[in-house]
Order: sequence, then C-alpha cells, then structure tokens
Amino acid sequence: MKTEDLFEETLLAITVNKVRTGLTMLGIVIGIASVIALTAIGQGAQGMIQSSIQSLGSNLLVIIPGASKTFGSTVSAGLGSAETLTPDDSNAIASLSGVEAVSPEASGRYQIIYNGSNTQTNVLGVVSAYPQVRDLQVAQGRFITDSDNNSSARVAVIGPTVLQDLFGSSIATATPDMAIGQTIRIKNVDFTVVGVTQSKGGSGFNNQDDMVFVPLTVAQHFLIGSSQYLSEIDVEAQSQQVMTQVQNEITNLLLQRHGISNPQNADFNIINQADIVAAASSVTGTFTTLLAAIAGISLLVGGIGIMNMMLTTVTERTREIGLRKAIGAKKKDITMQFLTEAVMLTFGGGIIGIVVGWIAATVVSSLTSITTIISLSSILLAFGVSAGIGILFGYYPAVRAAKLNPIEALRYE
Amino acid sequence: MRQIIECRDIRKTYDNSGVKTPVLKGVTFSIAEGEFVAIMGPSGSGKSTLMHIIGALDTPTGGEYYLDGKDISKLSDDDLADIRREKIGFVFQAFNLLPRATVLRNVTLPLIYEGVAKEKREEIAKQALRESAFPEGFWQHHSNQLSGGMMQRVAIARALVNNPALILADEPTGNLDSKTGEIVLHTFQSLNEEGKKTIVLITHEAYVAEHADRIIHILDGNIVRDERNKNKRMAKTENL
Repeated sequence: MKTEDLFEETLLAITVNKVRTGLTMLGIVIGIASVIALTAIGQGAQGMIQSSIQSLGSNLLVIIPGASKTFGSTVSAGLGSAETLTPDDSNAIASLSGVEAVSPEASGRYQIIYNGSNTQTNVLGVVSAYPQVRDLQVAQGRFITDSDNNSSARVAVIGPTVLQDLFGSSIATATPDMAIGQTIRIKNVDFTVVGVTQSKGGSGFNNQDDMVFVPLTVAQHFLIGSSQYLSEIDVEAQSQQVMTQVQNEITNLLLQRHGISNPQNADFNIINQADIVAAASSVTGTFTTLLAAIAGISLLVGGIGIMNMMLTTVTERTREIGLRKAIGAKKKDITMQFLTEAVMLTFGGGIIGIVVGWIAATVVSSLTSITTIISLSSILLAFGVSAGIGILFGYYPAVRAAKLNPIEALRYE
Repeated sequence: MRQIIECRDIRKTYDNSGVKTPVLKGVTFSIAEGEFVAIMGPSGSGKSTLMHIIGALDTPTGGEYYLDGKDISKLSDDDLADIRREKIGFVFQAFNLLPRATVLRNVTLPLIYEGVAKEKREEIAKQALRESAFPEGFWQHHSNQLSGGMMQRVAIARALVNNPALILADEPTGNLDSKTGEIVLHTFQSLNEEGKKTIVLITHEAYVAEHADRIIHILDGNIVRDERNKNKRMAKTENL
C-alpha cells in the first residue's frame, strides 16, 4: 500500500463521522492547548521575575545590618535594624579584589513638600557609584556626584513617581523640566532638584521609581542625624564568576572588622543576587511544571478518548476489515491504517491545540501584565506528545483490527 | 486444459476444546480454466467451509489444495492474503461495499493493496465496470445510494480488477429479489462466456445453481454428485 493511498483512506475514514471525529479531537485540542498556554504563561512569568530581579543591578551583592539584639535578651528587632555597618566598612570593602564598585546607602522615610503638594516616600542617601551598581539611569539632569558629597550640597534627584506626585496633577503628566531647578522640602530642609531618573517599572516595597536620592553625607547629617549609620551597602562584583568569592571575602572582612569569631553570630547579612534569581527561577520552574502536569492530565484523558473511539470504530467496521483482508490486505496494512487514523486524529488535534493555546496565551498577555513566551520547544513537545498519544492509544485498537479473522469478520452483523 | 483448482482429499476438522467436529471429510475435485461451476448444498453441508478453503481464507486440516498450480494448503495468513490479492475475486452475499465511498473507489480498492498508481487504478476499474455492465452514470455515486442489484454489480466489478484466476461468488443472489438476482446471474454468465472467466458460485438454491455449466453437490462434508448441468438456464435479460 502506498503512503498517499494510506493517507487518502484515512482521511476518508475520519471524515465519515465528522461530529464524532470532532468531539474526539476536542479532547486532544484542549489538552495540547492547555499545555501550550500554561507553559507559555509559566515561562513568561519566569522571564518577567528574572528580568525584574536583574533590573536591580547586575552581579549585585547586598549587605544589610543584622538584627539588633538587646544584650542578654533573645528579642530580635528584625533584620536590618542594627546599626552595625559604617562608612569605614564600605571603604574597606571597596579595596577588596573582585569588587567593581561599592555603594553605601542610608535611607529613611520622610514627608516631601513642594508648593502644597506632598508625598511620603523613601529618601536614599547615596554616593556617585549608586547608578552603576543598581543599574539606574538619569532621564534628565544629573545624578549625585562626589563633589556633592564632599561639599554636603543640598541637592536631590527624584524618581518619576515622585515627580508625578509633586509636580503633576490628576490631569497632566509632569515633565522633568518642571522639576529641575525647583526647590523641594524634605524634613524641613530645602533641596534643589538637579535630576530625574528613568522609570524602571518596578513595583512594591523597593520601588526605585518612588525614591528621592540625596548625597549620603547630607542624608546622614540633616535627615538621619548619625554620620556612622548605613542602612545598606551594595557591592557590584566584577563578574558573575567571582560573586561567591567576593561574598566570602566580604564576610571574612566584616567578621574581622566587627571582632566576631563565630560566623553564626554575624551582625550583618549578605544577599547574593544570583541566589535570588536561582530561587525565583526554581519556584517559577516548579510552578510551570505543575501547570503543565495538570494540563498533561487532560491530554491523557483526551488520549483515552481517542482509544475509545478507535475501539468503537474497529467494532463498527468489522465487516469492512473482513472485506479488506479478503481482497488481500495484510495484517500490516490493517494495523497501519488504524494506527494512521489514530495518529492523524491526535496530530490534527495537536495542530489545532497549538493554535488555540497560542491564541489563549496571547489573550492572557494582552489582558494581564504577564508577557507569555511560546517557546519552540513547547510546540515541538506538543507535536511529539500528540503523535505519541496517537501511537500509544491507537496501537491496541489497530492490532485488534489486524488480528480479526476474515471469515468471522465478514459474517459479523 | 489448465486446472485452476485442484483439491485432493481436503479435510477440515474444527477442534472446539477437545470436541472434534469434522466438516469436510475428504473432498476431491478439480476445476479447469474457463469453467462456470456451482457448488450446491444445504446449510451445514460444509459448502461454506469449502468456499473459505477454495478462497484462501482458511487452510484445510488435511489434504492438498493447488490454486493455479500452487499448493496453498499450508501457507501463513499474510501469504494467503497475497494469494487472495493476486488470484481471487470475491463476490459476497452482503455485497460488502464501503458505504460512503464512490462506486469507482470501491472498485479500485483491491488495487490499493497492490500498490497500483491512482490513474492506472481508475483506468482498470472503469474497464471492470464496463465488463460487469454497470451504467456509467452511476460511477461517481456513493455505494449506499444504489439498489441491491447495482451494488452487487459493483462488487462483481471489484472482483474483476485484479484480473483473478478465479471469481468466487458466495450466495451472490441471496440478498436480492428474483428480478435483480437474474441480472446478477446474467452478468456472471456473460463474464464466463464472453470474458472466459473461471467462476465458482456457492449456493443452496437449485434454481441459481442451474445457471452454471457444472454442479457439484455437497452433503455432510462429502461430494455426493459432480455432474455437467444438462439443462443450463440462461438468465433472462429483458428486464435489464
């Protein structure tokens, strides 16, 4: 039997009962579509989380003070509350090998006033290395410079959210031009706005768009009132490869500087960005697998539907099978015919399923903020799985058909 | 004259969990090329079993069967399928056409398994349809839109396409009324006389058997009479 004849026979057979064929295929369509759509959403979410973590800066190590404990007590005031990091620590870290840049920071939350508009937000005392370390760009104007810090200049760089809150209104969007050169008031101290940062699209607790940057020395003297206090030291390592090494060096250095012999009692914490990315990836990866597994169950049910239909078909067409055998069809011919029917059903369902899944993923990404990613691998997988299901669930009915005795099959009523 | 069928002491015993039922008890006969033979017997006589063996659908438990000079009594299922494809054209009582396929497609079906190209297939099929006097206007009709007599002639055309050594018809008029049965019998007679086809017709009706040149009577698994049919009936064709 020629291949084109095999396909023609199969096509003819599956178009005989279109409703039944359609309903059977629907099982596979739903299965494949949900696998495609759910993995696309899962992978999209994974990509989004990764890129938002990456947007915090590259090769970043964040050092925060440890929990402050009152002497002789086990009550902890929470991570980062102790005042254990100093500008001297920061300078010492800067001299370590493998360190690209160091950005000491001191932050507080204050009321900011401009011409009757006011907002409460994070004010961050920074040095000139901050934009490099935290991957921040200035949209207009300039950032805090070393000379601002040396001269304790009362200048401020504001984020786009702050810009809109202070200079915009409910009907008009504020432009950086409106803010630069103006004077804003933070904790009763006047600051001149010298720059506006670019939006990073972050959200939540550590939103870099909703921040005001001032020179570190100014923040310490005028806002916080302590020249030794640092809320955080951000370190950029020279490369991904040296991050762990740099982390260990910093740990040893700070333990030594703070006179702590047991690393268990360290009064600081180092957060490695790569660890966060890895943790987030593993969470979203597990989630994607879970979604795909749930979708896979519907695919399995669809496959059983195919098998059910094929078994019914074989019984219904017993006489036809008998005739085909009588006029010279071999076992192999009959097996191939029914197997091709099953595979064509699942394959057709697979193709429709990929299209439906793709549409579903596109709809989801247009309705929500999740960008969906339909990878080639998930499409190939769907193709392979649907063909595999056809072979798996079509094999038994096909073999049953091929085994029929032609005499009995021809007599079948 | 070349022998198409040579049966020597053909035996068939069904073994149903230890209970042996002999159905054919040593059948010997031969059929030459171009003969029109009826095998006649009541139900239970073993004629169906004999037809299955002659048609290479089943193998005997004893004896030898030569079809077109080749011993096929001990072949495997797939080898028998090859023999059926090459040597035998079947016509069944229940027509056994593919219901939602056209007449032309039904007739080409055996050639699909032979691997004949599509255009060539249809060419051969059209020739076979003409030979079995099937009206050309119905070639593209679906087989389930036809009358019984028409369906049986499609089946006859299908039996002709592989140019078989033997046409084997199992109660071909059993599902037809007498008038359409007559048409089918006429088709067989003209295929035999004009087309020089070898035809074996299995029936339980004496009237149908009398259309053949030779009648083999079978009863209880034995041939009881094998004779030339002196009063051959010619199928009436005025109602064609």
